[in-house]
Amino acid sequence: MSAAIQLQDLDISYGPTKVVHGVSLAIAEGESFALVGESGSGKSTILRAISGLAPDWTGAISVQGKPRGHAPDREFAKTCQMVFQDPYGSLHPRKTVDDCLSEPLVVHGIGERDARVKAALAAVGLDQRFRFRYPHQLSGGQRQRVAIARALMLEPRILLLDEPTSALDVSVQAEILNLLKRLRRDQGLTYLLVTHNLPVVSFLCDRLAVMRHGRIVEIAPVEALRRGTLHDAYSRELYAASGGTVRIG
Amino acid sequence: MSAPLLSVKNLRVTFPTAKGPVDVVRGVSFSLGRERLGIVGESGSGKSMTGRAILKLIRPPGRIAADEMVFDGLDLTRQSERQMRAIRGARISMIMQDPKFSLNPVMTVGEQIAEALQPHRPMPRRQLRDRVLGMLEAVRINEPERVEKLYPHEISGGMGQRVMIAMMLIPEPDLLIADEPTSALDVSVQAQVLDIIEELVTGKGMGLILISHDLNLVARYCDRILVMNGGQIVEQCAARELDKAEHPYTRGLLAAMPRMDEDREELPVLDRSAWAAT
Repeated sequence: MSAAIQLQDLDISYGPTKVVHGVSLAIAEGESFALVGESGSGKSTILRAISGLAPDWTGAISVQGKPRGHAPDREFAKTCQMVFQDPYGSLHPRKTVDDCLSEPLVVHGIGERDARVKAALAAVGLDQRFRFRYPHQLSGGQRQRVAIARALMLEPRILLLDEPTSALDVSVQAEILNLLKRLRRDQGLTYLLVTHNLPVVSFLCDRLAVMRHGRIVEIAPVEALRRGTLHDAYSRELYAASGGTVRIG
Repeated sequence: MSAPLLSVKNLRVTFPTAKGPVDVVRGVSFSLGRERLGIVGESGSGKSMTGRAILKLIRPPGRIAADEMVFDGLDLTRQSERQMRAIRGARISMIMQDPKFSLNPVMTVGEQIAEALQPHRPMPRRQLRDRVLGMLEAVRINEPERVEKLYPHEISGGMGQRVMIAMMLIPEPDLLIADEPTSALDVSVQAQVLDIIEELVTGKGMGLILISHDLNLVARYCDRILVMNGGQIVEQCAARELDKAEHPYTRGLLAAMPRMDEDREELPVLDRSAWAAT
């Protein structure tokens, strides 16, 4: 089984401050993997390093078997895309949904734009009438659908999801989670999800890594989360704070 | 029970728009004793506007109208802006969502907390400082002498929110309105902050209105819950009986939340046509 994402002894720094220490991970093709932890634990930084937004790292990152360099990489963008937390901040306010979805196609010189944009809107459950609207004319849930559609335009194999539902209401969160689950099933995507919401992990993921102070303290299958049998003391603390009943043993 | 601490009848909050006036709170009535009341709802349900309307903190062109809004025998609808200033902070205070935007960045923590008390209860400086240090200790801040001298950018989010709580509780108000007090904080810090609020509120016999979008959190920390949707209260129930809620909106919200031991293939989605909301 080849790994979709492989991290080896990854250290990531912002200037003189090292925020991620020696992280090693292997995420299988088609797997849905979660990084959980508090703010400042380094979980989002790992996504940023994989996507090339935090270039100050040492160690090895390889995606679909190919090592990733530090520079922006056009080929890489075709296999791996990111969805950001805040759909109010991640869409350009003066570009229509159509502009936003066409741009990756223009950059990569891909044709049949009209058909592809239509298909992407349909895939994320947005009506075609939204195509020429601006972000301010959409609700938070609709914007997040647009952000997911944009990430899917280049038909990537991997989605990096950075708290994709934490800015949304509970009922809208349910819609987006269902959408992500369906897309993964239909297109055989690999997910690397960052969140602090453990029930979301339970719904969407197969495995999780608990992070603290830039280090992974535990990697566990999602069953351990569902049954409340995480081993590490800190994982259990996080579990209890999220309203789970800790079971001993 | 004696006369309630706060009684609100048919509260309406209206904003003018290009398409005519829009009611964001549409006839909300409730009463509150010295208890913990939770108001839950999604964005745009009018829950925050209800909280602000009690303090008359809605700026023109927004308008507040109510058949009755009585706090401890005072008719809030008839209070002038000047009279309201004596009530805000001293009798009713409010904790806002994000400490980053609610604390003054160019004043030390100690000065800000002192400033919340001094106008209402003038007192000698040394006594004031003792009160501030005592309050910092009450919100479980270690080394209050050191923290008192720090600026907001030098403290963490959780500590910032505890400083906010200290500011809001130092004049010993009768009613505390907490509007999403923990949604900017990490889960592990959330519980800590809410425990502090709960301890101080029950310890001093105050009333609490906890406004949040998180049903489970409100159920854990309140006695009674109001569920709001589209500017109206759709359901009232005891926090313990939340799982017996009957309104389709409340049931839909509860079902839409993923659980820790999730095994459903798909989450049920709210059918928004099931009730008359915009």
